[in-house]
This record gives sequence, structure tokens and C-alpha cells, in this order.
Amino acid sequence: MDITWYLVLSAFIFAIGAAGVISRRNPLVVLLCLELMLNAGNLALVAFSRMHGGEAGQVFALIVMVIAACEVVIGLGIIVAMYRNRLPIDIDEMSELRG
Amino acid sequence: MSATSYGWLVLAFPLAGTLIISLGWRVLPGRLPGWIGTAAILLAFLASIGALLDLLDHSEEERQLVDSAWTYAATADFSADLAILVDPLSVFMCLVVSGVSFLIHLYSVAYMSGDGGYSRYFAYLNFFVFSMLLLVLAANFVILIIGWAFVGAASYLLISFWYRRVTAVRAGIKAFVINVIGDVALVVAAFLILDNVSSLDFLTVFDGAGKAFGQNDGTLVAACVLILVGAFAKSAQLPLHTWLPDAMEGPTPVSALIHAATMVTAGVYLIVRMHPLFEIAPTAADIGAIVGCATLLFAASVAIAVTDLKRVIAYSTISQIGYMVMGASIAAYGAGLFHLMTHAFFKALLFMGAGSVIGAMAGIQDMDRMGGFRRAMPFTFITFTIGALALGGFPLTAGFFSKDEIIAFAIHRGDWYVALAILAYIGAFLTAFYAFRMVFRVFLGEPVPEARELESGHLAHGEPMNPMTGELEDTDVGFPGPEHHVAESEFPMKAAMGPLALLAIVGGVVAIPGLTDILEKFLEPTFADSRFHDTAPTTGAEVWGLVAGGVISVLGIGLAWWVYVREPGTAARVRERFAWLHRFLVNKWYFDELYEAMFVRPVTTFGGFGRRVIETDFVQGTIVGGATGIVRVGTSVARAVQTGYLRVYALFLLLGVAALTLYFLITSS
Repeated sequence: MDITWYLVLSAFIFAIGAAGVISRRNPLVVLLCLELMLNAGNLALVAFSRMHGGEAGQVFALIVMVIAACEVVIGLGIIVAMYRNRLPIDIDEMSELRG
Repeated sequence: MSATSYGWLVLAFPLAGTLIISLGWRVLPGRLPGWIGTAAILLAFLASIGALLDLLDHSEEERQLVDSAWTYAATADFSADLAILVDPLSVFMCLVVSGVSFLIHLYSVAYMSGDGGYSRYFAYLNFFVFSMLLLVLAANFVILIIGWAFVGAASYLLISFWYRRVTAVRAGIKAFVINVIGDVALVVAAFLILDNVSSLDFLTVFDGAGKAFGQNDGTLVAACVLILVGAFAKSAQLPLHTWLPDAMEGPTPVSALIHAATMVTAGVYLIVRMHPLFEIAPTAADIGAIVGCATLLFAASVAIAVTDLKRVIAYSTISQIGYMVMGASIAAYGAGLFHLMTHAFFKALLFMGAGSVIGAMAGIQDMDRMGGFRRAMPFTFITFTIGALALGGFPLTAGFFSKDEIIAFAIHRGDWYVALAILAYIGAFLTAFYAFRMVFRVFLGEPVPEARELESGHLAHGEPMNPMTGELEDTDVGFPGPEHHVAESEFPMKAAMGPLALLAIVGGVVAIPGLTDILEKFLEPTFADSRFHDTAPTTGAEVWGLVAGGVISVLGIGLAWWVYVREPGTAARVRERFAWLHRFLVNKWYFDELYEAMFVRPVTTFGGFGRRVIETDFVQGTIVGGATGIVRVGTSVARAVQTGYLRVYALFLLLGVAALTLYFLITSS
């Protein structure tokens, strides 16, 4: 099968994830969309790994999963902290960095 | 040990006391800080005696010893040493200062024992005595000015000792500001002298002044007048006297210390120390004499009218210092110093007595509410009466001899000085009158409730309040504690008042005309070069002066007795008849109001203007506001990007990555 299909699917998922991150305001959904983007990257890595017949791309994919797990832990931790502090679960409300 | 070693010890002990108490206030228990402070001053007094004995071993020509610890500042043709001058004058001052201060410390050990700031008090007190001793031992203008400024700082700390009391803090600031006026004048005077004599050492200046300046040279007269301004500020002479009555806000022993031993005597000491300069500039000396005479009359007139017990004594101090300044200015140096010494005895005694009366009244100072303490406090009654006798110049007390020696010298100088002498006699009459006005109003008459309570062995308990405003005060740190101690109940207070009472009676024996001249003989080496050294009134003239002074004193006391004891209503009738005069005197000749209008209000108005217009509008508004405004406008685009929205940042990231990708795609193909 041609690698192009894999890359198109990967780009498609990545675009969905990016659109979600930019447009959604619920932090949980933002996290989910981030996962989509990361896994789109994973898909591309694995596809290239198959194409070249090397295992470096698969190792990269594993490392990205670990990092994704860490990121989810921190992200969910922030969301729980927001909930505990009775802050609105809305990332647009957290805009103290405004200049 | 040499006399100068003793001189250094005199300085070392109070300084050590200050350091020990101020560093160890946390660990020193109970009354120990007080006893350490007292012991330090006692040791300084003993060292002064050591210096005295050593000085007496020298021949009369060699009784001016200078010793330098190290060079303080050195330039091409001038150097200032940390040096002390031990001569009869400085040793005499050390003896009076440390001796009387020791007794005041002893009194304070008991008087202040209920106070939250006990250690702080004694650290300040020791520092005060150290500063004063440094001032009198200084061998050049630099050290003199250092001691001079230290005394001012110490007085500020002690006057505003109860720092939560607004009136006390204000009084401390007032004293400090007026003293700084004197400091500045003294510094400028020192510069004028340095400019012309190119030295600041006293002995060199006194030797060189005759060559550098002609008789009544304009520059020297200016320098001497500036020295007088310094002396007037410290010694509370017209027109710089207003701080002294307000200084009553401090604890009563502090008042005693300021009025008797330290501070106010510094001005007299300065004039006497500078006598070689004043003799070359007689115009300045005459100004001093006139101001002293005016002050003694002015202060005596106010003391007749005011009813606050401590303020009466304060104005009597101003008046008595007026005698001393007059004496020192008309070249009656020995007499001026003699009066300084006797005044230290009886004034400290009067303040201690007043302190115990105020203690018995639970803080009330108004004489209108006192009366009949004779039986409640017999010891205070006797000692206070002795102090008043000496103050009023009653025959054979200490004040009798010293005051009349000054007046006799004024008559002896002849010319218009006789007018000063006559005015001084009028002042003496007023002095005797107001001294016994206090005694009769406080101790005689119907006992007030507080006195009755004390007679039955119980100390009146009053609400802690500010005697000036009558406002209630909390009794935490910085306030006189709720427990005031009365002289009768505490040994250290009695032990301090007893010797002073004795000295107030017999202190005059050091200079009885025709009989003894111990003081004059001792001080002679300092004044040997004086032009007036050989001019002294004859014994006969002095005795006649004494007789006149004695008669005037008895008349004054008699009048007080007649007004306040024989016909108790007289005072009220006189007050009604001369209401305007009474108002004028009670308001202290409106000096405070005058200064308020002339200096304080313009300065506060200008300060308010500065705060409102210069600070708020100009600095804050224009400069600071302008600068921030420019930055704000300049960065508005950069700030607009920083929206704070996470997804906008993510979008930028994404666009950036997309742009980079496109770039590489285009360039690689």
C-alpha cells in the first residue's frame, strides 16, 4: 500500500486536533485534541518507519506516548486544581498573561 | 595615673554603660540595667575626682593638659585630633555633671521601675551623660561640636522617651530643631575661626586670636555672636528658649538631668570656655549679657503665672541660666560657674521633689489641683522647701552666695552694667516669690483627696493620661506605667534627694566673700590670662550685695506667704484685676504663637504646597506619568498580541510551523 494514504490520514487527524485546540474552550476537550495531534504525529512516524524498514521511528513513537502520558497528567492536574478552586472550567477565563 | 588618663576614664565609663545596657537589655533582669547605669556614672565621678587630685599636684602654670588619642582628620596645614583638654574648668564641669547625674540616675532606678522601657531609658541616660562629658572635655572645636550634637540627639531621645505620646514626640522634634539651629551657628563660628587662626585647638586659637584679630574685629564679633546663638539654643535663652518648657514631656528625672547637670549648662560652659575670644570682642559679650538679663526677667515673669508644676520649674531654669549667661558674659566667670554648680544642686532637687509629688498625684501636674502634701510627704516637703530656699536665694543657702556674686560683679563693672544688676535684683525678687508660690500651693493649705489618701498610707490611683491634653493613654511600651513611685516609699529616691538637699544648703561654702575662695583659686589657671582677672569687687561690696540680696529674697518669700497663706484669695483678685497681663504671662508672652505664625505655618504651608503641586502634580503626574505614558503608547502593539488566550498562542505556533514548512517545501523543490 502506498505510504501517501497513511500520511494523508495523519495530516487529517492532525488538522482536526489543531482545529480543536484552537477553537474549543473546555480544557478537557483541548487535552483530547492535543492527544489527537500527538497520535497523528505517531502515525506518520510509524508509517515512515515501515517505509524505511528501520526501527528508529517506532522508538520515537514510543517516546512520544510517554511524553503524552506526562502531559495528560499535568493537564488533568491543572484541571482538577481549577475545579477545586471553584474556577470556571474554561481556558479563556485563565488569561492573566494578557499584556 | 596622669590627669588625662583619668579624663579618658571619665569618658569611658558612661560609654561602656551605654553599650552594656543597650546590647544586653534582653538578658539583664529587673533593675540591673538601672544599677549598671548608676555605677557607670559613679565611676565617672570617681575618675573626675582622680583627675582633680592629680591636677592639684601640678603647679598652677601646668594645669592645662592636652592628650590626643588619635588624629581625627589631617590635611595640609590643619589637623583635628580626638583630643581632650583637662584643665580646672573641664574638671570642674566633669565633677558637677557626673556628680549630679549620678544622683539623678540613682533616683531614676526607683522612679522608672514601673516603666516598660527601663533598659532603653538607662542606655539613653548614660549616652546623654557621655555626650555632655565629651563636650566639656573636648580640646578642639571638632570634638566640641561632636559632643554638642550628641547632647542634642540624646535630649531628643529622652524628651520623646514615651514615644506613643504625640505631644512628647512633638516636643522632642521641637527641641531637636532648635538645637540644630545652634549647631549650625556653632559650626559656622568654628569655620570663621579656622579661616582666620588656621587652627581648631582651643589653646592654639586662644593664643593666636589676639594676633589674628584686632579689638572688636568684625569677623570675630560675628563668630562670637554665632557662638552665642549656639549657646542660647542649648541653654534655652531668648529667643531660642521655647523648647525647654516643652521638654517637660520627658520623664521627670530626665527633666532634672537636662535642667541641672547636662544640656542647658553647656551654653554657659561654652561662653566661659571661649572667654579669651569674647574679651577681644566685647560687643558680642555685651549682647550675651543683655540677652541673659532679658531672659532672666522674662522667664521669671512667666514662672509667676503658669500653673503646671514642672513648667514653673522649667521657666525658673531658663531664668537661672539667664543669670549664668549674664555672669559669663560680663566676665564674672567664676561666679557664673559657681551659680551653675549650686543651680545644679537645687534644680535637680526641685525636680525630684516635683517628680514625687506628681507620682503622688498619679500623673497630674497642675498646681491648681494640688495642696496640703505637707503631712503626706514630709521628706519631700523638707527637701523641696530647701530647694526652693536655695532657688530664692534665702540667706546662707547655696543660691544666696552664687547669685549675688554675679550681681556684685555687674555692679563692680560699673557703667550700664549697673542697670543689669538692678534688673537682676528684680528677677531675684520674682524668683523668691514664684519659688515659694510652688511650696505654699503644693504643700500647705487644705489637703487634696490624693494627699489624704496618701496620709492613710495608700497611693492614689489615677487613670493613665496625658497631663498636657488630658487624654487617656494606653500603658503599653512607650508610656509612663500605671505605677508611679513616690519618694517616701523608695530608698534610692531618698538617697538621691538627701545629699542634694545638703549640698543645696552648704554648697555655698566654696566661695563665701571674705572667708573662702576655694572655687576661685581652683579655677584661676583657666582664667589667668583674662583681662578682668585682677578686677573683682571688694569684700565689702560683696557683703553689701549679699545683704541686699538677702533682704530681697526674704521680701519675695514674705509676699508669697502673704498672697498664698495669709490672704488666700489675693491671687485670684489680682488675676481678675489684671486679666490681660495674666493672659499674656500664662501664654508665655505668645512666643510659641509668634513662632508658629512666623516659621512653622509658612514652612508647613510650603511643605503642603510642595507635596500637592511639586510631588503629586509635577513629579508624579508629569515626569513619572509622562515616562510611563510614552512607554505605554510605544508598546501598545506588542502588548496587543499578548491576549492571554491560550488558543491564540497555539494558533500562532501552528501558523509559524506551517509557514516554516511551506518555506522549506518551496526552497527544496
